[in-house]
Amino acid sequence: MIALLGRDLRLAVRAGGGFGLGVAFFLILCALVPFGVGPDTAALQPIAAGILWLGALLACLLSLDRIFALDHEDGSLDLLATSPLPLEGAVAVKALAHWITTGLPLIVAAPLFGILLHLPPAAIPALLGSLLLGTPALSMLGAFGAAVTVGLRRGGLLLSLLVLPLYIPTLIFGTEMIRRGQEGGDMGPPLLFLAGITAGVLAVIPFAAAAALRVNLR
Amino acid sequence: MSIWEYANPVKFMRTSGAALPWVVAGAAVCTVTGLVWGFLTPEDYRQGSTVKIVFLHVPAAMMAINIWVMMLVASLIWLIRRHHVSALAAKAAAPIGAVMTLIGLITGAVWGQPMWGTWWEWDPRLTSFLILLLFYIGYIALWSAVEDPDSAADLTGVLCLVGSVFALLSRYAVFFWNQGLHQGASLSVQPGERMSAVYRYPLYLTMLGFGLLFLALLLIRTRTEIRRRRLAALQAREMRA
Repeated sequence: MIALLGRDLRLAVRAGGGFGLGVAFFLILCALVPFGVGPDTAALQPIAAGILWLGALLACLLSLDRIFALDHEDGSLDLLATSPLPLEGAVAVKALAHWITTGLPLIVAAPLFGILLHLPPAAIPALLGSLLLGTPALSMLGAFGAAVTVGLRRGGLLLSLLVLPLYIPTLIFGTEMIRRGQEGGDMGPPLLFLAGITAGVLAVIPFAAAAALRVNLR
Repeated sequence: MSIWEYANPVKFMRTSGAALPWVVAGAAVCTVTGLVWGFLTPEDYRQGSTVKIVFLHVPAAMMAINIWVMMLVASLIWLIRRHHVSALAAKAAAPIGAVMTLIGLITGAVWGQPMWGTWWEWDPRLTSFLILLLFYIGYIALWSAVEDPDSAADLTGVLCLVGSVFALLSRYAVFFWNQGLHQGASLSVQPGERMSAVYRYPLYLTMLGFGLLFLALLLIRTRTEIRRRRLAALQAREMRA
């Protein structure tokens, strides 16, 4: 499993764009928002949390089809399926690799972009905490969506149609947590819900994704 | 005699063919009578004549949720016992459910404009219905995107399971995010919380009518799907010969 993780990370780094592209997309999105809604603090501050989460969501979505598509094309996915490693484990590792290459850089960059959007410094810990808890669920759900659409010729649009509704609970609790951190409210309940969703997703979705992969490799 | 006998397409076709005229007639009678009766009810003292849209809105909304549950059950039967009729029934039900959701949303908007003063409000119930519509659209899109019918049935079945969990999760998560305008349940076992009998009885009738309407449409669509599958099998055989 560690070998697979190392291979996926190396591929992401050496193929170019793995680490950088998601963050660059995030930056562009955060730079475009003030053009859309106006640059004053009064307009930006209330929506900063939502924009940051939406940016994370879309940046994650952009790189989802890479999770399985390349391996499916060159046949290494078939090798993975026949290897002694359970397919569920392979899916979990691939989701982890996706999270390390897109989720983690986003989290590191998020405080900076928060400042760009006039997010008050008091809300930065809530922003970091919510992204840290929420983005693993995004990667895992994305791996499920990618597994369902891997064999399809025009899977990209379908992938976003299938995956985005699954992101709704994570988005709700993630932004709620930042909003409460911003206003000094009680962050406990959304934090627990967010952690619960992520834990549940990490436990169950690998099986669903592996089942979908087996169907597509049949 | 068990329900699993209907997993045999021949048996299913024979029985559903015999039952279909009765179901269609029942759906027509109940829906038309219920709607006409509902139209003739007195006007509500606060809502005026707009109250009458409830006879479309509530049955459609009820069916929208129940059809998803039926698809979930049918998908489970397909995934566990591999009965093709079940998978085809789930496929046939999805567009009906999407239309029911759309009817619920549109009638709600038409009612909400004079009553709440807005066509749309980001209220938990409205929002969860919009999310349900998204799940229906994704499900239908996946069915049409996968070419091999068995793979399509498997993938949509798994999607239906995962989607059910998340639709339910979203339905309660939205309460966290916004408190609503929408009134509570229209029907309740508690006598004090119910709507008055004048509206309740026609509503029961339209709900029964919509249930039968769904059954009729489902049977027709499933029979079409089975015939389409047979046609494809015949064509495949001809190509080989």
